[in-house]
Amino acid sequence: MSEQVVDKRRRLFLTAAATAVTGVGAAYVAVPFLSSMNPSDRAKAAGAPVEADISKLESGQLIRVEWRGKPVWVLKRTEQLIEQLATTVDELRDADSNESEQPDSCKNSGRSIKPEVFLAVGICTHLGCSPSFRPDIAPEDLGADWKGGFFCPCHGSKFDLSGRVYAGVPAPLNLVIPPHKYLTDSRILIGSDGGQA
Amino acid sequence: MSGMLKNALGWMDDRFPLSKVWNEHLAEYYAPKNFNWMYYFGSLAMLVLVNQIITGIFLTIHYKPDAKLAFDSVEYIMRDVEWGWLIRYMHSTGASAFFVVVYLHMFRGLIYGSFKKPRELVWVFGMIIYVALMAEAFMGYLLPWGQMSYWGAQVIVSLFGAIPYVGEDLALWLRGDYVISDATLNRFFAFHVIAIPLVLVILVFMHIVALHAVGSNNPEGIEIKKHKDEKGIPLDGIPFHPYYSVKDLVGVAVFLFIFALIIFYMPEMGGYFLEHANFVPANPLKTPDHIAPVWYFTPFYAVLRAVPDKFLGVVAMGAAIVVLFLLPWLDRGVNKSIRYRGPVFKAAIVAFVISFVGLGYFGMQPVTPVGTFFSRFFSVIYFAFFLLMPFYSNIGQDEYVPERVDEK
Repeated sequence: MSEQVVDKRRRLFLTAAATAVTGVGAAYVAVPFLSSMNPSDRAKAAGAPVEADISKLESGQLIRVEWRGKPVWVLKRTEQLIEQLATTVDELRDADSNESEQPDSCKNSGRSIKPEVFLAVGICTHLGCSPSFRPDIAPEDLGADWKGGFFCPCHGSKFDLSGRVYAGVPAPLNLVIPPHKYLTDSRILIGSDGGQA
Repeated sequence: MSGMLKNALGWMDDRFPLSKVWNEHLAEYYAPKNFNWMYYFGSLAMLVLVNQIITGIFLTIHYKPDAKLAFDSVEYIMRDVEWGWLIRYMHSTGASAFFVVVYLHMFRGLIYGSFKKPRELVWVFGMIIYVALMAEAFMGYLLPWGQMSYWGAQVIVSLFGAIPYVGEDLALWLRGDYVISDATLNRFFAFHVIAIPLVLVILVFMHIVALHAVGSNNPEGIEIKKHKDEKGIPLDGIPFHPYYSVKDLVGVAVFLFIFALIIFYMPEMGGYFLEHANFVPANPLKTPDHIAPVWYFTPFYAVLRAVPDKFLGVVAMGAAIVVLFLLPWLDRGVNKSIRYRGPVFKAAIVAFVISFVGLGYFGMQPVTPVGTFFSRFFSVIYFAFFLLMPFYSNIGQDEYVPERVDEK
């Protein structure tokens, strides 16, 4: 051995080849570990639709229903609240909901199938807090310009009563409207629209 | 030393470099003789780390990382486990104490130029420790499964969702579910009790090895290795042990006195160490009216809220941390210690401290127009401090800098 001349190129090639193969092997071994952190099959299966009963919902009242671990709001808007929606249009970031997520049936100014019943995922599109329901007009803490809507206490994002985001706040998009359909006048299925998007 | 012990040590040293390590890092590690009280915080940080590890081990004996059981198991520790309340308060107070000590340790480095050549890597390792510590604290805060745990985690994990293209998938992968849930709690427990502590211990080791290779800085910014005696020992150096090991014990005594006062008399610190909303079990349907992170995160949280755009807000918050890593290359000042720096640099340090504390304050407050104005104002100063540093750091420095510690 010691009398032979070391072939450095060959040694370098073998070192590089062994390193490359080890690297590929390590990457393959990493896959099951990293994948194990994805949502499990059980977590994926838990997203079944839920039913909301709105027969006892009064005008101006908001209820929260849990769907996929998230709060879904159902709000019964009064005539007055529906009329207010038109007054906020100029101050909104996406008034026509072109960039926001909702079923086609809700791509209107009320963002709802029925104008008086507003249903949305109550999670701020900024960083995921649940905004508070503030239908009061011009309260002390929100200022004289407040026309009623949803206010996120975490980072100050503001939404109107259709869940449309105001301009100049951190949230980029309107609140998400989940797929839903009316089973009867007073029962809503949340999480499925029966294929009629 | 008795003959038998000497023989035992010799037997050991032939098989493991015990005396060598002891000498290199303690008995013959020469540190500058002019350390002041600001040099306590490094050893105190190690003390708190040990406190966190030991109390943490005893908490895991009773804690249950399950969304249905976690909140109750913490209350069980507080009420039914013998001395459980003490161990839990030592751990929760220790978390805040860790950040107090680390912030002072970093500030010491900042004003005495301890990050400057040849100590850049000491600073960078230290910064990685700081980031790991933030991850450790954040994940630990989810474990009691209170309202603030839940919604704090919801907000922080959502930060990753703001990254274009991959963000939503990344956030989903981190949570292991579509919302913060049992899956998230269980994995945060794993990270909090084993993965990150391991990383922290390794990083602390690297931080100290790097420090002991280049030698400690001091309040005068003097390189003591420039002047050595005939044996190669720095003339302005004294052995770490027993001189500084004993001196640090004084710091430890003062620290433990304050630490005990807080544990026994104000463990919640009026809602700053343990937030009031966290005494309510997590409710995924309702965010508390006012949520704020624990105090040590609030400066960065204020930067996040100062920007009226989701992605740019997250970028600004990340940049506020990243820019700290770059400090050794942003500071062009020749002199190390603030004692010999120019008036502009001194003023900049004052402005920086005011803006950092100011951001911390407004990060705790609810969103108001005044708060947003000041958060923006202080954010600008914070970034200006770092980004303009290459231009102002060399202005008007003292021309005379002492070579030796006693030279006046």
